Amino acid sequence: MNFPLNQDTCDAIGLTLKLAALATLILLMLATPLAWWLSQTRSKWRAPIAALATLPLVLPPSVLGFYLLVAMGPHGPLGQLTQALGWGVLSFTFTGLLIGSVIFSLPFAVQPMQNAFEAMGVRPMEVAYTLRASPIDAFFTVALPLARPGLITAAILSFSHTVGEFGVVLMIGGNIPGKTRVVSTQIYGHVEAMEYAQAHWLAGGMLVFSFGVLLALSMMRKRVGQVRP
Amino acid sequence: MTAADGLRIRVKLARSDFSLNVDLDLPSQGITVLFGASGSGKTTLLRCVAGLERPANGLIRVGQALWQDDARHIFVPTWERDLGYVFQEASLFEHLDVQKNVAFGLKRSKKPGASEALSRAIELLGIGHLMHRQPASLSGGERQRVAIARALATQPRLLLLDEPLSALDHARRHEILPWLEKMRDELSVPMLYITHSADEVARLADYLVVLDQGSVKAYGTAQDVLARVESPAIGGEDAGVLLRGTVVRRDARWHLSQVEFPGGFLWVRDNDIALGQQVRLRVLARDISISALEPHESSIQNHLKGCIETIVDDAHPSQALVRIRCGESILLARVTQRAISLLNLRAGSHIWAQVKSVAVIE
Repeated sequence: MNFPLNQDTCDAIGLTLKLAALATLILLMLATPLAWWLSQTRSKWRAPIAALATLPLVLPPSVLGFYLLVAMGPHGPLGQLTQALGWGVLSFTFTGLLIGSVIFSLPFAVQPMQNAFEAMGVRPMEVAYTLRASPIDAFFTVALPLARPGLITAAILSFSHTVGEFGVVLMIGGNIPGKTRVVSTQIYGHVEAMEYAQAHWLAGGMLVFSFGVLLALSMMRKRVGQVRP
Repeated sequence: MTAADGLRIRVKLARSDFSLNVDLDLPSQGITVLFGASGSGKTTLLRCVAGLERPANGLIRVGQALWQDDARHIFVPTWERDLGYVFQEASLFEHLDVQKNVAFGLKRSKKPGASEALSRAIELLGIGHLMHRQPASLSGGERQRVAIARALATQPRLLLLDEPLSALDHARRHEILPWLEKMRDELSVPMLYITHSADEVARLADYLVVLDQGSVKAYGTAQDVLARVESPAIGGEDAGVLLRGTVVRRDARWHLSQVEFPGGFLWVRDNDIALGQQVRLRVLARDISISALEPHESSIQNHLKGCIETIVDDAHPSQALVRIRCGESILLARVTQRAISLLNLRAGSHIWAQVKSVAVIE
């Protein structure tokens, strides 16, 4: 059994990593302010927004993918907007896939950060205010560094969850080689074509990758826990 | 002191379970202690001064700086108020070492002479050897000293301390108290200091504000407030007065010092305090007894001639609290109602106060 590192596989792995990296980057930028807001606010909008941000966790990926497909399609509201802006239709493109991935992995970025911010309490920020730090200053020099373990967990979970997604990708990406075909859909393709040997290699690779991520996470938590009792 | 130099705090706050109604004019020097039981509103008041709470109707002025005046829609946010705040728990930034913790506010206060202020704060609190340690590796007392130095390093106009010693055990408390006394004596920055410990009041207070259920029960110089007998600020076993005096004699043979105060002389235990040194003396009401005639053959060596000003009932029906004037000073004595009756004591009676024990504070 030779290692099936043909062009298709390389493309799929490269695309998967690119998608996961970009999704993680965007998620960190979006989820950090959202998680902060959720951890601090007493607004009546907190509960509905929190529920909305958690929704992708419980919703079947096909449902999410279906709505995104409809929204991004030529007659959907998002599709009309992108067409009006001259960007064309996003469904079955990498950008569409990226948007879907960001929404799908949102809870995995928000939850760890929100927990970290909440565990910190209000005191460190109050101390910073009494030491002449404005809220923005205090956020970047006190809250973010103190929430670092939560940030790292959020990044790792977002990345690995994006690598592992399948349903949403299939619904809105369409499995186009070199454009929207990622490892998980590649495996699906192999199985459908009865190419079990190739499916084994890729599936095994994903297994090892996922296990490695979880192992690294739990080891990191332990170390962080020792530093900050 | 003119009114414009001092500290004006007017706060009205009504919450469902608690209300605060305070109007105070405080001096711009020394330590003002806010004293009261838990739930009396001390911390809320301090948080209002810092701008961490916003009372609906408030006026906070420190010298010329107006921090809040709702009549004129002024509310300066905490980070623009020139203050230092020491919380009950040290609350050091765990992600920064001691050096960076202490420099945190200093960098942002943008005042001239910052590095001198920093080294002075570090020296004043004796934390120079801790600079490169992480907060997690410090003892409770060290953490609190770092927190105080961090607040001081910004050279604030006002230092707010919220029970800085309450999270510490007895030994650690006595490790920090001398630093606080040193700060009071060496710095010109006024301090608002919250405590519910009578010991800390006696050691630190220049000015005393007694809070009870959100309102001011008494305020004035610590000596005055502690010498009141009607609704004593500090009741029970801790009732007693504060005297200020000077060491005028030291007796090496008996290991005693003689302290002169405006009202007479007292022999106290020689604590190695130099001649001419100013000291605070704490004399508890329970340690004073009253004699109608000058006592000659008594083991109690300290007796002072005085005149009774008032006699009031104490908490227990068997006891009375007697306010005695000795020269320019006031003493409080707790005696039984029976003794009052047998000795026929009343306001105006000339008596001898026998002082069994005196605590020398500094």
